[in-house]
Amino acid sequence: MEDVFSNFDLVLKAFWLTVQLAFLSGVAAMLLGTLLAAMRVGPVAVLRGVASTYVTLVRNTPLLVMCVFVFVASPNLGLFVDTPFLLKGTIAISLYTAPFVAEAIRSGINAVPVGQAEAARAIGMTFAQNMRHVVLPQAFRATVPPLASTLIAMTKNTSVVAVFGLTEATARMRDFVNDNADDTIAIFLVFALGYIILVELISLAALGLERHWKAAR
Amino acid sequence: MTVTDDVPVGNSAPRSGEPLVELVDVQKWYGGLHVLQDINLSVGRGEVVVVIGPSGSGKSTLCRTINRLEPIDSGQILVDGAALPQEGKALARHRADVGMVFQSFNLFAHKTILQNVALGPIKVRKQAKDAAEAHARELLDRVGVAHQADKYPAQLSGGQQQRVAIARALAMEPKVMLFDEPTSALDPEMIKEVLDVMVDLAERGMTMIVVTHEMGFARTAANRVVFMADGRILETADPETFFTHPESDRARDFLGKILKH
Ligand SMILES: Nc1ncnc2c1ncn2[C@@H]1O[C@H](COP(=O)(O)OP(=O)(O)OP(=O)(O)O)[C@@H](O)[C@H]1O
Ligand SMILES: [Mg+2]
Repeated sequence: MEDVFSNFDLVLKAFWLTVQLAFLSGVAAMLLGTLLAAMRVGPVAVLRGVASTYVTLVRNTPLLVMCVFVFVASPNLGLFVDTPFLLKGTIAISLYTAPFVAEAIRSGINAVPVGQAEAARAIGMTFAQNMRHVVLPQAFRATVPPLASTLIAMTKNTSVVAVFGLTEATARMRDFVNDNADDTIAIFLVFALGYIILVELISLAALGLERHWKAAR
Repeated sequence: MTVTDDVPVGNSAPRSGEPLVELVDVQKWYGGLHVLQDINLSVGRGEVVVVIGPSGSGKSTLCRTINRLEPIDSGQILVDGAALPQEGKALARHRADVGMVFQSFNLFAHKTILQNVALGPIKVRKQAKDAAEAHARELLDRVGVAHQADKYPAQLSGGQQQRVAIARALAMEPKVMLFDEPTSALDPEMIKEVLDVMVDLAERGMTMIVVTHEMGFARTAANRVVFMADGRILETADPETFFTHPESDRARDFLGKILKH
């Protein structure tokens, strides 16, 4: 007990790393996921094929496998050799999360009435303009709840990199428990509370966005 | 209806004899269904053509092939002397020159009325935002919805939305305007306000292809009526002749049905 609270700066430091991982991975996964979704609904057959293969492949593979690939296997291929661990973690988590983002956005795109994209084409917008100005802004609105779930799952998934030498929240918790077996419950509660706060922040942001957009109509 | 000036819109001042839109031997299938059969149609500059015919006869499909929202299987479509481009940037440019008004308005739901009208000029025509919005306000004024500029489409009545949709198409300064049953989703009391805008447009010399069953509009504004059935053009005549002395049995039958309403 002493240990968790007297070393609370270590807890905060670990959660700060978790926040960095979640934020960087979230941004990267959103960008890659949006690109994948646009490729899947786009006019170029090759890109459609590439995107749907990637989505199928990665969605059906465990996160741990992706991490082993990025942290352990890829240096053998000459990839990510001198990449810092934080960046490796971000790469692994965002590569893994992007297909879920893509599927959420694609369902959002399908929820936008076809007449919207048709009207945009009829005034001479290119596919990219159509996506950027007409379809995606409306798709994102329908996508907020599933995207929030995806980002929440991703935030919790950042704990996987504890195995690969990144002292984020879960790795720090393991260290505390190893050193203070008697305080297991208290330590668990402290770290669980930390994760709950992060997840609740995402939920609140999603709720805020939904309210904001409802008001704008 | 506010009519701000009498200058003809677009670059399609009436110059008869010179076809602006030409369809030559156009064929289209949906799977095994031959929806457009041997379509030959030539629309002159400044001409207003009304397309009429029973449900499923291919009127919408015809309209949509002219800006290639639907590709055709064979034949040729020329707009202002140029064949329709395939996909890509050239096609986008072509579509910018062909205005389209849909039955269900299709205003961009997440944009204000003003943004709906100014979006194309800004993004497609690369106009400065100020100039595009000033022009958009003029057009909104012309179709009588200037005071709604900052609302969202869902806050407007159907008739108002359709007038905005017309303004949105006009903002691109198209060479020709296509209308696919622009009033058939509207309550009766709103039909006139939309038709008034269309008549005004016709009087200013806009080239128009209009799918509609509004005989009043056809009589007032159309130079020609094209009657379609089962994917074919069965008759072409001036409105008076067509409505009083239709040649084919199909047309007589069809007119008998719509006149009863
Ligand atoms: N995307 C599609 N796929 C398959 N068949 C289609 C498609 N769109 C239209 N059709 C068929 O093509 C035929 C012509 O349709 P079209 O919409 O052009 O008729 P229309 O004259 O506009 O009819 P309406 O007065 O009901 O609007 C119809 O039989 C219709 O069922
Ligand atoms: Mg139709």
